[in-house]
Amino acid sequence: MEFGSVLNALILGLSIASIWLIAALGLTIIYGAAGVINMAHGALIMLGAYSAYMLQHYVGVPYLLCIPASFVIVAVVGLILERGLIQYLYNRPLDTLLATYGVALVLVQGVRLIFGSDPKYLAVPEIFSSSFMIGSVSISTFRVIVLAVTALLVFGIWVLFYKTRFGVQVRAVMQNKEMAASFGINASRVYMLTFALGAGLAGVAGSLFGVLNIVLPTMGDSYVVQAFLMVVVGGGSLAGTIIASFASGELQSMFAFFTNDTFARFLIFVLIVVFLRFKPQGLFAKAGVRR
Amino acid sequence: MEFSRRKLLKTSLAASAAIGMPHLWIPGSSEAWGATLKKGEPLKVGVLFSLTGALAVPEEDSTLVLQYAFDEINKAGGVGGVPVEPIIVDAKSDFSVYSEKTKELMLREKVIALFACYTSASRKAILPTVMQRDHLLYYPTCYEGAECTQNAICTGPLANQHSKDLIPYMVENFGKKVFFVGSNYVWPKESNKNAKIWLEKAGGELLGEEYIPLGSSEFGPVLNKIRDAKPNFIFSTVVGASDIAFHKQFKQEGFKVDQMPIASLTTGEIETRAMGPEFGAGHFLSAPYFQSLDNPTNQKFVEGFLKSKYGKNGVTHYNMEETYLSAYVFKAGFEKAAAAVGFENVTPRAIRDHSAGVRIGDDISPEGEVWIDENNFNTWLKPKIGQCQGDGTFKVVKSADAQVAPDPFSIYPDLGVCTKDGLKAPDGKIRKSVI
Repeated sequence: MEFGSVLNALILGLSIASIWLIAALGLTIIYGAAGVINMAHGALIMLGAYSAYMLQHYVGVPYLLCIPASFVIVAVVGLILERGLIQYLYNRPLDTLLATYGVALVLVQGVRLIFGSDPKYLAVPEIFSSSFMIGSVSISTFRVIVLAVTALLVFGIWVLFYKTRFGVQVRAVMQNKEMAASFGINASRVYMLTFALGAGLAGVAGSLFGVLNIVLPTMGDSYVVQAFLMVVVGGGSLAGTIIASFASGELQSMFAFFTNDTFARFLIFVLIVVFLRFKPQGLFAKAGVRR
Repeated sequence: MEFSRRKLLKTSLAASAAIGMPHLWIPGSSEAWGATLKKGEPLKVGVLFSLTGALAVPEEDSTLVLQYAFDEINKAGGVGGVPVEPIIVDAKSDFSVYSEKTKELMLREKVIALFACYTSASRKAILPTVMQRDHLLYYPTCYEGAECTQNAICTGPLANQHSKDLIPYMVENFGKKVFFVGSNYVWPKESNKNAKIWLEKAGGELLGEEYIPLGSSEFGPVLNKIRDAKPNFIFSTVVGASDIAFHKQFKQEGFKVDQMPIASLTTGEIETRAMGPEFGAGHFLSAPYFQSLDNPTNQKFVEGFLKSKYGKNGVTHYNMEETYLSAYVFKAGFEKAAAAVGFENVTPRAIRDHSAGVRIGDDISPEGEVWIDENNFNTWLKPKIGQCQGDGTFKVVKSADAQVAPDPFSIYPDLGVCTKDGLKAPDGKIRKSVI
């Protein structure tokens, strides 16, 4: 076994981790802050990819600008969704589950009606579909970009939640909505904005996945399961999701290196089940939060 | 009402007797179908593909091209003098829906034949129902073989036809060392068994074999292994959305197509367009049909289809052409059966039996002349090798000299040979309906 190959696998693990993490970020924030299990997350990822496709294909926006634009577009969709539907369902978790699932179906079929069910194509600058070598390690440029965007978003979320007045309000509402409201915080507004933020993050993920993968109405499905797993294993907190994604990504890459891809996935899922058997509340569950 | 033990025993005995003797009600062929044809009424056929869900991308095209084919047939006078009426049903990419809708089409709509399925999994889901009613399934795309039923006709290449020319061609032009990558289900695994036989004959060397879960889009680990193994070319049976992710990541990870091309059984015009031609250019595909085939029949087919109301996706590819052919195989088989037994007496089974040896000439078939095998009811065809060009079209670099025979049990000679009555084992016994 060569050292270079192991190093390659380790670096790939980091990249897989960043993909899992960016898919799970929006879900974590919506679940952590508002307690809503957002089944429409996969559809929002898909909308992000289609926003980028639309902007590029019909307006001619360069790809790099499509990423923040997707954030804005999908955040607006999230905002409308929250105001139009979710805000009436905050105290009924099972109903939000069903309602968001219904929304997912509507979004997927709607996109299919408008764009058709054939796959779409996102053009990227030539440099993104290349790779570079450091010693014996080969690194794909686009994987570095995904990693960089993920790191940037995590940093941004950390600043927003821990260094701003809005962040203090969100954390107050997370701990106790009624108490926070009695101190003059507009809890309804906080929920609305966090939902929009979570949706926007799904949009960014989608605009990146459209390049790695394929732009299809059903493309979100394959990401939403692993995103849910990361949130559950992480316990619904940002730090938990980061660590869960990092561990799963590295483990998947190493298992796949020593065995094969199918067996690696099998092992990961078994490990997650065993982990949840002994720690059903996840890695970092917030003590004393009532839901 | 009192339910005494004795009464319960009696009832359940009667019930179990009824269940235990289903042969009492198995009717003859035309009763099994449960309908008779009348001259002047349209012929109903079932068209069962997924219009929604994960399989919608290829299967929507199958539905569209069949509608186009039946329109064309109806304009030219129909089948046996009556028009064809396709009954289109969405299978929703769900295997239980496939088998449920198959029953509905056969029992309620009384269709005379069924055009259905793109995957082996869905075909295996509906075949038991089709065989039970002695009905007829047109399976219009490639598959692995190893089936011998009396109720199916396939118009795509079998595994033994598919890689026969591709592997020797690649070994000759790029080198002996190869790496196999496939999606993790039955078709890629069986296709790879065939490919190994051709590889051995060509003197090649297999460096590794990897399978990816269906629908997976992460090819990093596999590409790392390929990088370490350093093959001369990759042989791919990755299907669907994964295939597009595979080709994209191949380039993004720094692999060079001129040093290590992918030889695929699936990456056609539709996939190339979805991934962007810059990711597809230079790779190879083995198929009986390419949109760029240069003959008048194909030009007429491509122009006619793209201009029609069904041509909205703007492309024709091997799966669509094979599906298009199946409509004409049905027409030829039906007319032969009607001439032999009379229009009113045609049953699904009669169409199948009379389809033996049916020829579709190059005035109809865009891929050139094909015919249905008299024993196993698959198609004799010419596999071709195409190389993807910078604009996403394929340039044919090699075409078989003559039609290649379909052989569903080529890699399982111990099991026997498929004949028109069933699988004939080496000891002479015949097993019917082998799937």
